[in-house]
Amino acid sequence: MARTLIHAPSTARKGEVMEIRTLIAHPMETGYRAGSDGRTLPRDIIRRFSCRYNGEVVFSADLYPAISANPYLAFSVVANASGTLSFTWEGDNGFAQTENASITVA
Amino acid sequence: MTRIAVAPTLSRRQLMAAGLGVGLAVTWRPARALSDELAGALRGFTGGAPTKEGRVNFDIAPLVENGNTVPITLTVQSPMSAADYVQAVAVFNEKNPQREVVSCKLSPAMGKAVVSTRIRLATTQQLVAVAKMSDGSYWTHTVDVVVTLAACIE
Repeated sequence: MARTLIHAPSTARKGEVMEIRTLIAHPMETGYRAGSDGRTLPRDIIRRFSCRYNGEVVFSADLYPAISANPYLAFSVVANASGTLSFTWEGDNGFAQTENASITVA
Repeated sequence: MTRIAVAPTLSRRQLMAAGLGVGLAVTWRPARALSDELAGALRGFTGGAPTKEGRVNFDIAPLVENGNTVPITLTVQSPMSAADYVQAVAVFNEKNPQREVVSCKLSPAMGKAVVSTRIRLATTQQLVAVAKMSDGSYWTHTVDVVVTLAACIE
C-alpha cells in the first residue's frame, strides 16, 4: 500500500465548494529512463485517478509519464450531502488503491 | 571632396520614429503560433473541431528551475451548472517523449473548474491547455516555458 495524503474537510455547509488535495507516494517511472545497467527501466505509472462522492464520479484524470513522481492532484467538490468521498488510483503492474474520507454536511 | 547625399525625404524625426519601430519589434514578440507537434496533439483531443483562445487559464511559471516537478493550475471560466459546465481539460506538450501530460474529466458537482497538479518538463518548450465545454466548444491557452534543469528522461 502506497502512502497517501488526503486533504478534505470533515464538515462542510451545504452548497459549499470544498477544496480537495490528494497526493500518493509513487515513483511514476516514465519508461524512458535508463537504469544503472544502461537498460531502459520499464514503465510503472499511475494511469488513472478518480474521485467519487457517495458513489458518483465527480472528477477523474488520466495521468501520463509527464506527471511528476508522487502524483498530486487538487480539485474541488460541492458539499451537497453527508457521506463518503472515495479516491481511487489505478496504474501499471496491477496497481490499485482506494482511500475514503467521510464528510458531514450540515 | 564629395558630400554624401542624404535622401532629403528622410528627416531626423522620421529616422527617430523608424528606430523606435525597430526597437518595439525586437522587444515585443507576439505569442508563438502553435507548433505542428502541438497542433496534431490538439486535433487528437478535439477531433478536428475548431478551438478558440480564451476562457481557460494555464498557470505555470514562465521560467522553470526544476523540470522534474512543475506546479500547474488550470482554471476555466464557467458557471459549472448542470446546463453549462466544463466536460474536460487536458494539457499537451511539445518536446517531452509523449505529447500527453494530463487529461481530466470534470462534472458540475465540482462547483468550480480549477485543477492543480505537478508535471515533468524535458526541455524549454511550448505547452497548451485545452478545455471542452458542455456546449461542444473548445478553448485553449498556449504558454511558452523556459526550463533550466530538465527532467531526466534518458
